[in-house]
Amino acid sequence: MSDLILLRHRDIPGLNQLKTYIANGGFETWKNVVTALKPDDVLNEVKNSGLRGRGGAGFPTGVKWSFLPKTIWPHYVVCNADESEPGTFKDRELMEFNPYQFLEGMMIASYAVEAHDAYIYFRGEFAEIERKIDERIDELTSKGYLGDNLFGTSYSLRIHTHLGAGAYICGEETALLESIEGRMGQPRLRPPFPAVAGLFDKPTVINNVETLANLPYILAKGAECFRENGTPKSPGTKIFSLSGRVKNPGNYELPLGSTFRELIFKHGGGILNDAKIKAIMPAGASSTLIPATEEMLDIPMEYEATSAVGAPLGSASVIVLDETVNVSRLVNSTVHFFKHESCGKCTPCREGTYWMSHITERIESGKASKEDIDLLQTVASQMQNKCFCALGEFSIMAVLSGITHFRADFEARLEK
Amino acid sequence: MGKQITLKIDGRPVCVPEGVLIVDAAKQAGIIIPVFCHHPKLEPVGMCRMCLVDIGRPQVDRATGAPVLNDDGTPKIGFGPKLETACTTPVSEGMVVWGATEKVMAARKDVLEFLLTSHPLDCPVCDKGGECPLQNQTMAFGPATSRFILDEKNHAAKHSPLGELIFLDRERCIQCARCVRFQDQVVDDPVIGFYQRGRNLEINTLSEPGFDSIFSGNTTDICPVGALTTTDFHFGARPWELTHKPSICSQCPVGCNLTYDVRREAKSNGKTVIKRVMPRQNEEVNEIWLCDKGRFTYTYAESPERLHQPLLRKDGDLVSVSWKEALNAASEKIRAAGNNLVTLASGRLTNEDLYAAKTLAGVTNSKLALYSNMGGGEWATRVGLSAGSNLGDLKKGSVILVIGSNLHQEAPLWWLRVKQAAQRGTTLIVANARKTRLDKFASFQRRYNYGEEVETLRSLFKDDKETADLLANAENLVIFYGSDGMGLSHTSALAETCAEQLVKTRHFGRTNNGLVPVWQHANDQGAAELGVLPDANLVNTINNAMGLYLVGVDPVGDDPLLKDAVQRAGFVIVQELFLTETAKLADVVFPAQAAVERSGTYVSGERRVQYVGAAVPALEGTKPDKGILSEILEGIGQPALPATDKEWFALAFPAIELAKLREVKEQVPAIGGRDASYGGTASKNTFGLGVHLPLVSSQNVPARCAAPAKTKLNNGDLLAVPITCLYDHGQLMDYTPLLEKRMEPGGIAIHPAQALKLDITDGQTLKIKLNGEDFSSVVKINLEQPEDVLLIARSCGIPSSAPTGAENIASESIKERGAL
Repeated sequence: MSDLILLRHRDIPGLNQLKTYIANGGFETWKNVVTALKPDDVLNEVKNSGLRGRGGAGFPTGVKWSFLPKTIWPHYVVCNADESEPGTFKDRELMEFNPYQFLEGMMIASYAVEAHDAYIYFRGEFAEIERKIDERIDELTSKGYLGDNLFGTSYSLRIHTHLGAGAYICGEETALLESIEGRMGQPRLRPPFPAVAGLFDKPTVINNVETLANLPYILAKGAECFRENGTPKSPGTKIFSLSGRVKNPGNYELPLGSTFRELIFKHGGGILNDAKIKAIMPAGASSTLIPATEEMLDIPMEYEATSAVGAPLGSASVIVLDETVNVSRLVNSTVHFFKHESCGKCTPCREGTYWMSHITERIESGKASKEDIDLLQTVASQMQNKCFCALGEFSIMAVLSGITHFRADFEARLEK
Repeated sequence: MGKQITLKIDGRPVCVPEGVLIVDAAKQAGIIIPVFCHHPKLEPVGMCRMCLVDIGRPQVDRATGAPVLNDDGTPKIGFGPKLETACTTPVSEGMVVWGATEKVMAARKDVLEFLLTSHPLDCPVCDKGGECPLQNQTMAFGPATSRFILDEKNHAAKHSPLGELIFLDRERCIQCARCVRFQDQVVDDPVIGFYQRGRNLEINTLSEPGFDSIFSGNTTDICPVGALTTTDFHFGARPWELTHKPSICSQCPVGCNLTYDVRREAKSNGKTVIKRVMPRQNEEVNEIWLCDKGRFTYTYAESPERLHQPLLRKDGDLVSVSWKEALNAASEKIRAAGNNLVTLASGRLTNEDLYAAKTLAGVTNSKLALYSNMGGGEWATRVGLSAGSNLGDLKKGSVILVIGSNLHQEAPLWWLRVKQAAQRGTTLIVANARKTRLDKFASFQRRYNYGEEVETLRSLFKDDKETADLLANAENLVIFYGSDGMGLSHTSALAETCAEQLVKTRHFGRTNNGLVPVWQHANDQGAAELGVLPDANLVNTINNAMGLYLVGVDPVGDDPLLKDAVQRAGFVIVQELFLTETAKLADVVFPAQAAVERSGTYVSGERRVQYVGAAVPALEGTKPDKGILSEILEGIGQPALPATDKEWFALAFPAIELAKLREVKEQVPAIGGRDASYGGTASKNTFGLGVHLPLVSSQNVPARCAAPAKTKLNNGDLLAVPITCLYDHGQLMDYTPLLEKRMEPGGIAIHPAQALKLDITDGQTLKIKLNGEDFSSVVKINLEQPEDVLLIARSCGIPSSAPTGAENIASESIKERGAL
């Protein structure tokens, strides 16, 4: 695939300058959408494109938009820019180097659901990015792309930014809403779903940065064109954040359906020092470990295929492990991460991540016995299917798959 | 009635209205699904995961919408892949819920094991032990041993005060958020909140003073572990050692149902003492809540300053004498006074006490008055609330009008009930001269100047475009009137005006309609029902009396004007708990029993008569008020009054049998009893729910009465009006060291603009002259009051019985403090 759709800034230098973005067709789609299309036209186009959420859940975007009831107003659009999954750094690149594209996408989404106020929630560590985006929003407003009565129509749109304060849980959509509303970032009960009662209890669309960045292309070129990349069930391109023991870590935009082999060896340059690949974590710290067998390497990176092998794609933050990585050490890291980030609302996650972190710490520092490995597995299993939100559920995946496939790594830490 | 849903829980068919949560449906059917974070009076959160159950729903064909059936024609039930929380899932038709399966039991065991990892093994020293949901559930569902290594337990602050009333043990807290939600959702005092996250999630107080809420004690009832405990009961006793003595609170006219939990202990030299106060469930009065004043003010009865021997003045001094001698002396004086005796009775006396006083006044043909500065009782008996009335039933279509009352401070549980009624859709109109805590829940707020209560009420019903129609056409109308900034004449006129309007708009004589006086004492309504009313010319009456019989009142301590009058009386007989200023001047002093030592009945402001049980044996040497009065009657040659509660009550209220007050019916939600988890430790009500008195019918119709004359103010004067503060320095409060820090610092509140004019700041002393007497008091700056009015708190050292002009207002000069 030669033409980048999302990481266009790599082909077009200076794309994060408004004049360059406009010179390359920027905001023409936006103008067309506002002046020539009806909101439902936009929604249907996106539905037909089959675009799936790029934040990790992979839910069909157009379908999500269609859940907003037309009897309750106002509607809101919220952009989830809380990119905090370890191993994920795609949204950051988009926001720094191709910011107008995701903004344009956000604006298109707002128009589709007839929202007049949209919010961007940034993780606290993105303070500088937020500052710059604020400047860009002001710029767009002064140029008439945002504000009242756009392009002479009755449609108005404002974008507001909100900075988090360093909690991974605020990437969970309902905890994000709580945070915007000034409360503790703890997930909410669902139902009701945000599409019906979200921000300020009103119908809300929450989309990931990358998801939104796809929209100008879909509206400009059409759903069919979008579907030319990717697979029937997972159309389009995806930015894969490749990291770990590879020669060329970084963001790679590839059609969905490309294989792990292609990403890791063709684009990633293979393993450092040409060591032997051991395992793949396709979804950052929330991953289920995939042992890097020949068979697994040829699995297409798309939502269906990865789920089928019990390792959901998530946000496609592919972390590669090689034979120099001890999985026990890795799991200790991921468990500590989840323990630190647990919001504490529900018993299994709050107590379970705490318990697991003590066990993994002891295993890693050679102060554990064989029973501790079994205990770790038990505690993780005990948390499964009991947690309030996905954080708790995903915190155990690396643990369980790690012990299942790489038990020897844990046993290696035990006292001889 | 809403739609009924049928479902099966553990194989048993259950039928409940639509919208009920599975946990509550199970409870109603007698099936227990264990919970921690769930509480039937709080919004569900699904946090603790203890109530996970297996839920199956009838399957429906996606395409056709038709139910999928088994071969035998029964609906096919599809169970979800995961267990779901019963506390967040409402019932649905045909649902099948399993709590008693291996899978669910394993889940319960797992959740408990998680909770017990860092929960300290404090049971031997924890106040909650014995009534602890965590203990109970661990025994029922939990693992016997923990696989968690002791060294790795998370440690946190134990015994951390959230204010001086409540201790928080952060290690014991299981982060169920019941306390936070209660403060936020139920009592609108979000002064505690979560801090940090994950394992370090902890409760913190955000107010100064800490946990600044008059309802804070309730959180210790609903806390499912020993994390929140009261300093009052800290290390007090084990729950199973306590005997529960049901009674009614004596602090305000709501008449909250409670139990005094008592124990006979060596620590108190073998005496039976009250260890703590628990709410008793009565969904029609106080639900399962108490305010902190009711919960913590019982220690006065144990004060060493209690009178326990009769006193007689001999040669100028009060000396201890026998009962016989004192009674003889008193009877002689009373006989001599004949119809020139004046008896003043307290609104804190029971109906039986008041009946005895009434009998005495009757046989001597002398005057009996209620010692009170709030009138309107004669109207409340005629157009007050009647049978079946329940504030909890009011919803959309009904109207509540609160005028001249700061409910939050005058009757906290009514504030709560009215707030909840408003949140359920009842139209609330609040009229007051200053902002009150009820304003934010009101559909309409009206401000007036102190003194204009009567005109304002008339205007609400007549000229006010927004309220007139609403009031006239309300399905139900309840009017609360209080004594905020008013004395006897204003409250009497206001009450009559309210009654007049209620009669005009036909909102009386039927359920959930009528007038509710926010009295200053627990049984002022009872006094009114018995025809014992205040005296509008009290000073005159006392001046013209030959002798005074003062039952539970302290005019000398209250007001210099009354002090003068009392001093001039021929003789003074006092029946009291303590040696008050009045008692010090008396000729005869009888030591009376405290409320917790004697039984009787009270009538609440809602006209519900309730049985007040005794909690502890009476202090040796004391007698109940009614008993003393009865012996006086004997002493003057009259027949004594009967001895049993049943007979007493029959005399006071012949229309009702005492047994009726003792009737109970199932409370929904069912709280208390053996299941401490579901709703907390409030006690189950097996003692009685009380019953409404029938309305008094009368020829007298409330007439259009004149508004009282405006208070005359000279140049430079400010209007000084009486208000009620919950934590004042009333007699019973003064013997409650626990609440000392919360009591009003001084008696006068002024607006900041006025403070500026007077060059005075918060906490400094202000001097004023009221009715010719000089007073000085610490001042409190208060933004939420009229600029040119001084608010004088009752029972805080400055006499304040009616609006009056304050003269010679001056602050202590800064100059006096010397130069820097």
